[in-house]
Amino acid sequence: MSNMDNLSVDHLLGIKYITEDDIHLIFETASQFKEVINRPIKKVPSLRDLTIANIFFENSTRTRLSFELAEKRLSADVVNFSASSSSVSKGESLIDTVNNILAMKVDMVVMRHPGPGAPHLLSRHVKANIVNAGDGTHEHPTQALLDCFSIKEKHGSIQGLKVLILGDILHSRVALSNIFALKKLGAEVSVCGPNTLIPRHIRELGVQVELDLEKALRWCDVANILRIQLERQDEKFIPSLREYSRYFGVNAEKLSKLDKEITIMHPGPINRGVELSSDVADSDHSIILDQVENGVAIRMAVLYLLASKKNIESQ
Amino acid sequence: MSERLILAEEQLNITLRRLSQQLIETYSNIEDTVILALQPRGTYLAQHIVKILREEFDIKIPLGLLDTTFHRDDFRRRESPKKASFTDIPFQIEGKSVILIDDVLYTGRSVRAALDAMITFGRPKKVDLLVLIDRNYSRHLPIEAKFVGKKVNTGNNQTVVVQWIEIGDASNSVKLVDE
Repeated sequence: MSNMDNLSVDHLLGIKYITEDDIHLIFETASQFKEVINRPIKKVPSLRDLTIANIFFENSTRTRLSFELAEKRLSADVVNFSASSSSVSKGESLIDTVNNILAMKVDMVVMRHPGPGAPHLLSRHVKANIVNAGDGTHEHPTQALLDCFSIKEKHGSIQGLKVLILGDILHSRVALSNIFALKKLGAEVSVCGPNTLIPRHIRELGVQVELDLEKALRWCDVANILRIQLERQDEKFIPSLREYSRYFGVNAEKLSKLDKEITIMHPGPINRGVELSSDVADSDHSIILDQVENGVAIRMAVLYLLASKKNIESQ
Repeated sequence: MSERLILAEEQLNITLRRLSQQLIETYSNIEDTVILALQPRGTYLAQHIVKILREEFDIKIPLGLLDTTFHRDDFRRRESPKKASFTDIPFQIEGKSVILIDDVLYTGRSVRAALDAMITFGRPKKVDLLVLIDRNYSRHLPIEAKFVGKKVNTGNNQTVVVQWIEIGDASNSVKLVDE
Protein backbone atom coordinates (compact mmCIF):
# COMPACT_ATOMS: atom_id res chain seq x y z
CA MET A 1 0.00 0.00 0.00
CA SER A 2 1.19 3.47 -0.80
CA ASN A 3 1.01 5.98 2.03
CA MET A 4 0.64 8.92 -0.30
CA ASP A 5 -2.03 10.20 -2.59
CA ASN A 6 0.32 12.20 -4.81
CA LEU A 7 3.43 11.42 -6.84
CA SER A 8 6.72 12.93 -5.65
CA VAL A 9 7.54 14.11 -9.21
CA ASP A 10 5.95 16.37 -11.85
CA HIS A 11 7.41 14.42 -14.77
CA LEU A 12 8.02 10.74 -15.36
CA LEU A 13 11.54 10.87 -16.79
CA GLY A 14 12.77 7.55 -15.49
CA ILE A 15 12.31 4.98 -12.76
CA LYS A 16 15.59 6.21 -11.28
CA TYR A 17 13.88 9.44 -10.17
CA ILE A 18 10.77 8.04 -8.50
CA THR A 19 10.35 6.39 -5.12
CA GLU A 20 9.07 2.99 -4.12
CA ASP A 21 5.96 4.73 -2.77
CA ASP A 22 5.41 6.36 -6.17
CA ILE A 23 5.53 2.93 -7.80
CA HIS A 24 2.99 1.51 -5.36
CA LEU A 25 0.67 4.47 -5.89
CA ILE A 26 0.90 3.98 -9.67
CA PHE A 27 0.15 0.25 -9.24
CA GLU A 28 -2.89 0.88 -7.02
CA THR A 29 -4.27 3.43 -9.45
CA ALA A 30 -3.55 1.15 -12.41
CA SER A 31 -5.56 -1.66 -10.77
CA GLN A 32 -8.60 0.62 -10.70
CA PHE A 33 -8.07 1.63 -14.32
CA LYS A 34 -7.71 -2.00 -15.34
CA GLU A 35 -11.24 -2.52 -14.03
CA VAL A 36 -12.38 0.59 -15.94
CA ILE A 37 -11.03 -0.65 -19.29
CA ASN A 38 -12.90 -3.90 -18.87
CA ARG A 39 -16.29 -2.16 -18.52
CA PRO A 40 -18.80 -2.00 -21.36
CA ILE A 41 -17.96 1.73 -21.58
CA LYS A 42 -14.21 1.94 -21.15
CA LYS A 43 -13.92 5.64 -20.63
CA VAL A 44 -13.76 8.07 -17.71
CA PRO A 45 -13.94 11.86 -17.97
CA SER A 46 -11.02 12.77 -15.67
CA LEU A 47 -8.72 14.41 -18.25
CA ARG A 48 -11.40 15.91 -20.47
CA ASP A 49 -9.99 19.44 -20.07
CA LEU A 50 -6.42 18.46 -20.94
CA THR A 51 -4.59 18.09 -24.25
CA ILE A 52 -1.73 15.66 -24.60
CA ALA A 53 0.84 15.61 -27.41
CA ASN A 54 2.51 12.34 -28.32
CA ILE A 55 5.82 13.38 -29.82
CA PHE A 56 7.75 10.51 -31.35
CA PHE A 57 11.17 11.18 -32.81
CA GLU A 58 11.69 7.46 -33.17
CA ASN A 59 9.43 4.84 -34.68
CA SER A 60 7.03 3.10 -32.39
CA THR A 61 3.79 1.35 -33.01
CA ARG A 62 2.71 -0.34 -29.81
CA THR A 63 3.97 2.18 -27.26
CA ARG A 64 2.33 5.04 -29.12
CA LEU A 65 -0.86 3.07 -29.57
CA SER A 66 -0.89 2.18 -25.88
CA PHE A 67 -0.35 5.79 -24.80
CA GLU A 68 -2.96 7.04 -27.24
CA LEU A 69 -5.53 4.54 -25.98
CA ALA A 70 -4.71 5.45 -22.38
CA GLU A 71 -5.19 9.15 -23.16
CA LYS A 72 -8.47 8.55 -24.97
CA ARG A 73 -9.83 6.32 -22.19
CA LEU A 74 -9.16 9.28 -19.85
CA SER A 75 -11.02 11.61 -22.28
CA ALA A 76 -7.98 13.78 -23.01
CA ASP A 77 -7.63 15.46 -26.40
CA VAL A 78 -4.75 13.89 -28.25
CA VAL A 79 -2.41 15.17 -30.95
CA ASN A 80 0.23 13.01 -32.57
CA PHE A 81 3.48 14.23 -33.95
CA SER A 82 6.15 12.12 -35.56
CA ALA A 83 9.60 13.24 -36.56
CA SER A 84 9.58 11.90 -40.09
CA SER A 85 6.71 14.15 -41.12
CA SER A 86 7.87 17.20 -39.20
CA SER A 87 9.99 20.30 -39.19
CA VAL A 88 12.71 18.43 -37.30
CA SER A 89 13.97 17.36 -40.69
CA LYS A 90 14.19 21.07 -41.52
CA GLY A 91 16.64 21.66 -38.67
CA GLU A 92 14.43 22.95 -35.84
CA SER A 93 15.75 22.35 -32.31
CA LEU A 94 13.97 20.08 -29.85
CA ILE A 95 13.00 22.88 -27.47
CA ASP A 96 11.69 25.03 -30.34
CA THR A 97 9.68 22.14 -31.71
CA VAL A 98 8.08 21.39 -28.38
CA ASN A 99 7.47 25.04 -27.47
CA ASN A 100 5.68 25.44 -30.79
CA ILE A 101 3.43 22.55 -29.92
CA LEU A 102 2.83 23.90 -26.41
CA ALA A 103 1.91 27.31 -27.85
CA MET A 104 -1.18 25.55 -29.19
CA LYS A 105 -2.20 24.96 -25.54
CA VAL A 106 -0.94 21.47 -24.95
CA ASP A 107 -0.75 20.44 -21.29
CA MET A 108 1.27 17.24 -21.29
CA VAL A 109 3.89 15.73 -23.54
CA VAL A 110 4.63 12.06 -24.08
CA MET A 111 7.94 11.85 -25.87
CA ARG A 112 10.14 9.22 -27.43
CA HIS A 113 13.56 10.40 -28.56
CA PRO A 114 16.76 8.66 -29.70
CA GLY A 115 18.92 10.88 -27.47
CA PRO A 116 19.37 9.74 -23.84
CA GLY A 117 18.33 12.61 -21.57
CA ALA A 118 16.18 14.40 -24.14
CA PRO A 119 13.07 14.40 -21.90
CA HIS A 120 15.17 15.68 -18.99
CA LEU A 121 16.35 18.62 -21.06
CA LEU A 122 12.80 19.28 -22.13
CA SER A 123 11.42 19.16 -18.59
CA ARG A 124 13.76 22.00 -17.63
CA HIS A 125 12.73 24.24 -20.51
CA VAL A 126 9.02 23.78 -21.13
CA LYS A 127 5.88 24.23 -19.05
CA ALA A 128 4.27 20.84 -19.41
CA ASN A 129 4.38 17.49 -17.67
CA ILE A 130 6.75 15.23 -19.58
CA VAL A 131 6.37 11.48 -19.79
CA ASN A 132 9.39 9.66 -21.17
CA ALA A 133 8.27 7.01 -23.64
CA GLY A 134 11.86 5.91 -24.27
CA ASP A 135 15.03 7.99 -24.57
CA GLY A 136 17.72 6.21 -26.58
CA THR A 137 19.39 3.42 -24.64
CA HIS A 138 18.56 5.11 -21.34
CA GLU A 139 15.10 4.50 -19.84
CA HIS A 140 11.59 3.39 -20.77
CA PRO A 141 9.83 3.88 -17.45
CA THR A 142 6.25 2.94 -18.36
CA GLN A 143 7.47 -0.36 -19.82
CA ALA A 144 9.23 -1.21 -16.55
CA LEU A 145 6.14 -0.24 -14.57
CA LEU A 146 3.86 -2.42 -16.65
CA ASP A 147 6.37 -5.30 -16.49
CA CYS A 148 6.57 -5.10 -12.69
CA PHE A 149 2.79 -4.67 -12.41
CA SER A 150 2.33 -7.82 -14.52
CA ILE A 151 4.82 -9.75 -12.37
CA LYS A 152 3.05 -8.57 -9.22
CA GLU A 153 -0.31 -9.62 -10.63
CA LYS A 154 1.01 -13.09 -11.42
CA HIS A 155 3.13 -13.68 -8.29
CA GLY A 156 1.36 -11.54 -5.66
CA SER A 157 4.51 -9.69 -4.66
CA ILE A 158 7.85 -8.73 -6.14
CA GLN A 159 9.79 -8.72 -2.88
CA GLY A 160 12.37 -11.52 -2.93
CA LEU A 161 11.41 -12.74 -6.41
CA LYS A 162 14.24 -13.81 -8.73
CA VAL A 163 13.95 -12.03 -12.06
CA LEU A 164 16.15 -12.70 -15.07
CA ILE A 165 16.55 -10.17 -17.85
CA LEU A 166 17.84 -11.91 -20.94
CA GLY A 167 19.25 -10.58 -24.18
CA ASP A 168 20.70 -7.33 -25.45
CA ILE A 169 21.22 -5.54 -22.13
CA LEU A 170 23.70 -3.06 -23.66
CA HIS A 171 21.22 -1.32 -25.95
CA SER A 172 18.12 -1.86 -23.86
CA ARG A 173 16.29 0.96 -22.11
CA VAL A 174 13.73 -1.66 -21.07
CA ALA A 175 16.48 -3.55 -19.21
CA LEU A 176 17.76 -0.47 -17.39
CA SER A 177 14.31 0.76 -16.30
CA ASN A 178 13.36 -2.76 -15.25
CA ILE A 179 16.51 -3.10 -13.15
CA PHE A 180 15.75 0.18 -11.34
CA ALA A 181 12.12 -0.77 -10.73
CA LEU A 182 12.77 -4.36 -9.67
CA LYS A 183 15.52 -3.32 -7.26
CA LYS A 184 13.27 -0.65 -5.72
CA LEU A 185 10.58 -3.26 -5.21
CA GLY A 186 12.98 -5.72 -3.57
CA ALA A 187 13.54 -8.30 -6.31
CA GLU A 188 16.81 -10.10 -7.00
CA VAL A 189 17.88 -9.37 -10.55
CA SER A 190 20.21 -11.22 -12.92
CA VAL A 191 21.07 -10.35 -16.47
CA CYS A 192 22.11 -12.88 -19.08
CA GLY A 193 23.27 -12.58 -22.67
CA PRO A 194 26.35 -12.67 -24.87
CA ASN A 195 29.31 -10.98 -23.20
CA THR A 196 29.38 -8.33 -25.93
CA LEU A 197 25.83 -7.26 -25.05
CA ILE A 198 26.36 -6.94 -21.27
CA PRO A 199 27.43 -3.43 -20.19
CA ARG A 200 30.77 -3.42 -18.35
CA HIS A 201 29.62 -1.79 -15.13
CA ILE A 202 26.18 -3.34 -14.84
CA ARG A 203 27.08 -5.05 -11.51
CA GLU A 204 27.26 -1.63 -9.89
CA LEU A 205 23.46 -1.49 -10.16
CA GLY A 206 23.28 -4.49 -7.84
CA VAL A 207 22.51 -7.12 -10.44
CA GLN A 208 24.25 -10.41 -11.06
CA VAL A 209 25.65 -11.39 -14.45
CA GLU A 210 25.25 -14.93 -15.73
CA LEU A 211 26.55 -15.88 -19.16
CA ASP A 212 25.18 -19.42 -19.12
CA LEU A 213 21.48 -19.44 -20.04
CA GLU A 214 20.78 -22.85 -18.52
CA LYS A 215 22.10 -21.77 -15.12
CA ALA A 216 20.24 -18.49 -15.35
CA LEU A 217 16.94 -20.20 -16.13
CA ARG A 218 17.43 -22.65 -13.28
CA TRP A 219 17.91 -19.70 -10.90
CA CYS A 220 14.98 -17.49 -11.86
CA ASP A 221 11.22 -17.33 -11.12
CA VAL A 222 10.53 -14.90 -13.98
CA ALA A 223 12.39 -14.50 -17.29
CA ASN A 224 11.96 -11.20 -19.11
CA ILE A 225 13.24 -11.91 -22.60
CA LEU A 226 14.28 -8.87 -24.59
CA ARG A 227 14.05 -8.45 -28.31
CA ILE A 228 17.26 -8.81 -30.29
CA GLN A 229 17.28 -5.43 -31.95
CA LEU A 230 17.97 -6.45 -35.52
CA GLU A 231 18.40 -2.80 -36.47
CA ARG A 232 21.33 -2.45 -34.08
CA GLN A 233 23.26 -5.49 -35.27
CA ASP A 234 25.39 -3.80 -37.97
CA GLU A 235 28.24 -3.58 -35.51
CA LYS A 236 28.41 -7.32 -35.09
CA PHE A 237 27.83 -7.75 -31.39
CA ILE A 238 26.81 -11.32 -32.12
CA PRO A 239 28.19 -13.62 -34.83
CA SER A 240 24.79 -14.56 -36.23
CA LEU A 241 21.13 -14.76 -35.26
CA ARG A 242 21.36 -18.52 -35.58
CA GLU A 243 24.14 -18.69 -33.05
CA TYR A 244 22.31 -16.30 -30.72
CA SER A 245 19.21 -18.41 -30.93
CA ARG A 246 21.17 -21.57 -30.15
CA TYR A 247 22.86 -20.19 -27.03
CA PHE A 248 20.42 -17.56 -25.76
CA GLY A 249 17.10 -18.33 -27.40
CA VAL A 250 14.42 -19.68 -25.03
CA ASN A 251 12.44 -22.68 -26.24
CA ALA A 252 10.34 -25.48 -24.77
CA GLU A 253 13.24 -27.92 -24.85
CA LYS A 254 15.41 -25.74 -22.61
CA LEU A 255 12.51 -25.06 -20.24
CA SER A 256 11.61 -28.77 -19.99
CA LYS A 257 15.00 -29.42 -18.36
CA LEU A 258 14.01 -27.27 -15.37
CA ASP A 259 12.24 -28.81 -12.40
CA LYS A 260 9.88 -25.81 -12.16
CA GLU A 261 7.74 -23.51 -14.24
CA ILE A 262 8.94 -19.99 -14.83
CA THR A 263 6.95 -16.97 -15.94
CA ILE A 264 7.84 -15.80 -19.45
CA MET A 265 7.72 -12.13 -20.43
CA HIS A 266 8.64 -10.18 -23.54
CA PRO A 267 8.16 -6.45 -24.23
CA GLY A 268 7.43 -7.13 -27.89
CA PRO A 269 7.63 -7.27 -30.81
CA ILE A 270 8.90 -10.86 -30.68
CA ASN A 271 11.36 -12.21 -33.21
CA ARG A 272 9.78 -15.65 -33.11
CA GLY A 273 12.42 -18.38 -33.37
CA VAL A 274 15.25 -16.03 -32.46
CA GLU A 275 15.07 -15.00 -28.80
CA LEU A 276 11.85 -16.87 -28.06
CA SER A 277 10.19 -19.86 -29.70
CA SER A 278 6.49 -19.84 -30.54
CA ASP A 279 5.61 -22.77 -28.26
CA VAL A 280 6.93 -20.82 -25.25
CA ALA A 281 5.58 -17.42 -26.32
CA ASP A 282 2.07 -18.90 -26.64
CA SER A 283 2.23 -21.15 -23.56
CA ASP A 284 0.26 -20.82 -20.32
CA HIS A 285 3.32 -19.48 -18.52
CA SER A 286 3.69 -16.57 -20.90
CA ILE A 287 2.15 -13.30 -19.65
CA ILE A 288 3.07 -11.38 -22.79
CA LEU A 289 -0.50 -10.37 -23.63
CA ASP A 290 -1.19 -9.42 -20.00
CA GLN A 291 1.76 -7.04 -20.32
CA VAL A 292 0.07 -5.40 -23.29
CA GLU A 293 -3.28 -5.04 -21.49
CA ASN A 294 -1.60 -3.74 -18.33
CA GLY A 295 0.33 -1.23 -20.43
CA VAL A 296 -2.82 0.80 -21.05
CA ALA A 297 -3.84 0.72 -17.37
CA ILE A 298 -0.34 1.72 -16.20
CA ARG A 299 -0.16 4.61 -18.67
CA MET A 300 -3.62 5.79 -17.61
CA ALA A 301 -2.44 5.77 -13.99
CA VAL A 302 0.74 7.72 -14.80
CA LEU A 303 -1.10 10.35 -16.83
CA TYR A 304 -3.90 10.64 -14.27
CA LEU A 305 -1.53 11.05 -11.33
CA LEU A 306 0.66 13.60 -13.14
CA ALA A 307 -2.42 15.52 -14.28
CA SER A 308 -3.78 15.60 -10.73
CA LYS A 309 -0.79 17.75 -9.79
CA LYS A 310 -1.80 20.43 -12.30
CA ASN A 311 -4.22 22.26 -10.06
CA ILE A 312 -6.54 24.43 -12.09
CA GLU A 313 -6.34 27.42 -9.72
CA SER A 314 -2.54 27.54 -9.83
CA GLN A 315 -2.51 27.91 -13.61
CA MET B 1 -13.66 20.92 18.52
CA SER B 2 -17.01 19.77 19.89
CA GLU B 3 -19.21 16.91 18.84
CA ARG B 4 -22.80 15.85 19.26
CA LEU B 5 -24.38 12.41 18.84
CA ILE B 6 -27.05 12.37 16.13
CA LEU B 7 -27.88 8.68 16.18
CA ALA B 8 -26.89 6.35 19.02
CA GLU B 9 -26.56 2.63 18.36
CA GLU B 10 -30.12 1.77 19.34
CA GLN B 11 -31.70 4.50 17.21
CA LEU B 12 -29.39 3.63 14.33
CA ASN B 13 -30.57 0.01 14.41
CA ILE B 14 -34.20 1.14 14.28
CA THR B 15 -33.39 3.44 11.36
CA LEU B 16 -31.58 0.68 9.45
CA ARG B 17 -34.53 -1.65 9.93
CA ARG B 18 -36.98 1.02 8.79
CA LEU B 19 -34.93 1.76 5.66
CA SER B 20 -34.82 -1.97 4.86
CA GLN B 21 -38.58 -2.26 5.25
CA GLN B 22 -39.15 0.78 3.05
CA LEU B 23 -37.16 -0.94 0.30
CA ILE B 24 -39.35 -4.03 0.54
CA GLU B 25 -42.48 -1.89 0.52
CA THR B 26 -41.37 0.10 -2.55
CA TYR B 27 -39.90 -2.61 -4.74
CA SER B 28 -42.69 -5.08 -5.43
CA ASN B 29 -40.44 -6.86 -7.89
CA ILE B 30 -37.43 -7.24 -5.65
CA GLU B 31 -35.85 -9.86 -7.96
CA ASP B 32 -35.17 -7.13 -10.50
CA THR B 33 -33.55 -4.87 -7.95
CA VAL B 34 -29.85 -4.42 -7.23
CA ILE B 35 -27.91 -2.26 -4.79
CA LEU B 36 -24.89 -0.18 -5.72
CA ALA B 37 -22.95 1.16 -2.74
CA LEU B 38 -20.81 4.24 -3.19
CA GLN B 39 -17.22 3.51 -2.25
CA PRO B 40 -15.79 3.76 0.25
CA ARG B 41 -18.26 4.82 2.96
CA GLY B 42 -21.54 3.80 1.44
CA THR B 43 -20.36 0.20 1.47
CA TYR B 44 -20.73 -0.36 5.23
CA LEU B 45 -24.28 1.01 5.28
CA ALA B 46 -25.23 -1.10 2.27
CA GLN B 47 -23.80 -4.23 3.87
CA HIS B 48 -25.92 -3.65 6.98
CA ILE B 49 -29.07 -3.22 4.91
CA VAL B 50 -28.33 -6.28 2.77
CA LYS B 51 -27.77 -8.29 5.96
CA ILE B 52 -31.06 -7.18 7.53
CA LEU B 53 -32.95 -7.99 4.32
CA ARG B 54 -31.38 -11.44 4.17
CA GLU B 55 -31.52 -12.43 7.84
CA GLU B 56 -34.82 -10.91 8.90
CA PHE B 57 -36.84 -10.98 5.70
CA ASP B 58 -35.14 -13.74 3.72
CA ILE B 59 -34.66 -11.41 0.74
CA LYS B 60 -31.43 -11.55 -1.19
CA ILE B 61 -30.49 -8.43 -3.15
CA PRO B 62 -27.22 -8.40 -5.11
CA LEU B 63 -24.72 -5.82 -3.82
CA GLY B 64 -22.22 -4.07 -6.05
CA LEU B 65 -19.54 -1.56 -5.07
CA LEU B 66 -19.12 1.54 -7.20
CA ASP B 67 -16.13 3.86 -7.05
CA THR B 68 -16.74 7.36 -8.40
CA THR B 69 -13.24 8.87 -8.18
CA PHE B 70 -12.57 9.09 -11.92
CA HIS B 71 -15.97 10.70 -12.53
CA ARG B 72 -15.68 13.41 -9.89
CA ASP B 73 -15.95 17.04 -10.98
CA ASP B 74 -13.30 18.27 -8.52
CA PHE B 75 -10.32 16.53 -10.17
CA ARG B 76 -7.43 19.05 -10.32
CA ARG B 77 -9.54 21.38 -8.19
CA ARG B 78 -8.68 20.06 -4.73
CA GLU B 79 -5.43 20.08 -2.78
CA SER B 80 -4.64 16.45 -3.39
CA PRO B 81 -6.54 13.93 -5.47
CA LYS B 82 -8.96 11.50 -3.84
CA LYS B 83 -7.57 8.02 -3.79
CA ALA B 84 -9.56 5.59 -5.89
CA SER B 85 -11.21 2.54 -4.32
CA PHE B 86 -12.12 -0.56 -6.26
CA THR B 87 -15.31 -1.10 -8.19
CA ASP B 88 -16.90 -4.54 -8.08
CA ILE B 89 -20.23 -5.05 -9.78
CA PRO B 90 -20.66 -8.80 -10.28
CA PHE B 91 -23.98 -8.51 -12.18
CA GLN B 92 -25.64 -6.69 -15.08
CA ILE B 93 -27.43 -3.45 -14.25
CA GLU B 94 -29.05 -3.16 -17.69
CA GLY B 95 -32.84 -2.99 -17.24
CA LYS B 96 -32.66 -3.37 -13.44
CA SER B 97 -33.94 -1.12 -10.66
CA VAL B 98 -30.85 0.25 -8.97
CA ILE B 99 -30.72 1.53 -5.40
CA LEU B 100 -27.70 3.77 -4.89
CA ILE B 101 -26.58 3.83 -1.28
CA ASP B 102 -24.31 6.33 0.43
CA ASP B 103 -23.89 7.24 4.07
CA VAL B 104 -24.21 11.04 3.91
CA LEU B 105 -25.86 13.26 1.28
CA TYR B 106 -24.22 16.68 1.37
CA THR B 107 -23.56 18.71 -1.80
CA GLY B 108 -24.86 16.00 -4.11
CA ARG B 109 -21.68 15.98 -6.18
CA SER B 110 -20.69 12.43 -5.23
CA VAL B 111 -24.11 11.21 -6.28
CA ARG B 112 -23.83 13.02 -9.61
CA ALA B 113 -20.44 11.34 -10.16
CA ALA B 114 -21.98 8.01 -9.17
CA LEU B 115 -24.77 8.39 -11.74
CA ASP B 116 -22.13 8.95 -14.42
CA ALA B 117 -19.97 6.07 -13.23
CA MET B 118 -23.02 3.80 -13.05
CA ILE B 119 -24.12 4.30 -16.63
CA THR B 120 -20.73 3.08 -17.90
CA PHE B 121 -22.06 -0.34 -16.89
CA GLY B 122 -25.36 -0.11 -18.73
CA ARG B 123 -28.78 1.53 -18.63
CA PRO B 124 -30.85 0.72 -15.55
CA LYS B 125 -34.65 0.82 -15.70
CA LYS B 126 -34.76 3.20 -12.77
CA VAL B 127 -32.49 4.54 -10.07
CA ASP B 128 -33.27 5.60 -6.51
CA LEU B 129 -31.06 7.01 -3.80
CA LEU B 130 -30.90 5.88 -0.17
CA VAL B 131 -28.84 7.73 2.42
CA LEU B 132 -28.46 7.44 6.17
CA ILE B 133 -27.99 11.17 6.79
CA ASP B 134 -29.36 13.98 4.64
CA ARG B 135 -27.67 17.31 5.38
CA ASN B 136 -30.43 19.87 4.81
CA TYR B 137 -29.97 23.07 2.82
CA SER B 138 -26.47 22.23 1.59
CA ARG B 139 -27.06 20.89 -1.90
CA HIS B 140 -25.08 22.25 -4.85
CA LEU B 141 -27.07 20.19 -7.35
CA PRO B 142 -30.74 19.27 -7.81
CA ILE B 143 -30.37 15.83 -6.22
CA GLU B 144 -32.59 14.41 -3.46
CA ALA B 145 -32.74 11.02 -1.79
CA LYS B 146 -35.88 8.89 -1.92
CA PHE B 147 -35.06 7.05 1.30
CA VAL B 148 -33.56 9.01 4.19
CA GLY B 149 -32.49 7.74 7.61
CA LYS B 150 -32.42 11.15 9.25
CA LYS B 151 -32.44 14.75 8.09
CA VAL B 152 -29.97 17.00 9.89
CA ASN B 153 -29.39 20.75 9.79
CA THR B 154 -25.67 21.36 9.55
CA GLY B 155 -23.24 24.16 8.82
CA ASN B 156 -20.31 24.23 6.41
CA ASN B 157 -17.87 24.03 9.29
CA GLN B 158 -19.38 20.78 10.54
CA THR B 159 -18.75 17.18 9.49
CA VAL B 160 -21.08 14.22 9.82
CA VAL B 161 -19.17 11.12 10.91
CA VAL B 162 -20.80 7.73 10.51
CA GLN B 163 -19.08 5.13 12.68
CA TRP B 164 -19.09 1.38 12.25
CA ILE B 165 -17.64 -1.27 14.55
CA GLU B 166 -16.30 -3.26 11.58
CA ILE B 167 -13.86 -0.48 10.69
CA GLY B 168 -12.60 -0.07 14.24
CA ASP B 169 -15.00 2.49 15.70
CA ALA B 170 -16.28 2.05 19.26
CA SER B 171 -19.92 1.68 18.24
CA ASN B 172 -22.29 1.92 15.31
CA SER B 173 -23.40 5.52 15.57
CA VAL B 174 -23.52 8.91 13.87
CA LYS B 175 -22.11 12.13 15.26
CA LEU B 176 -21.84 15.74 14.18
CA VAL B 177 -18.40 17.30 14.64
CA ASP B 178 -17.63 21.04 14.76
CA GLU B 179 -14.26 21.90 13.26
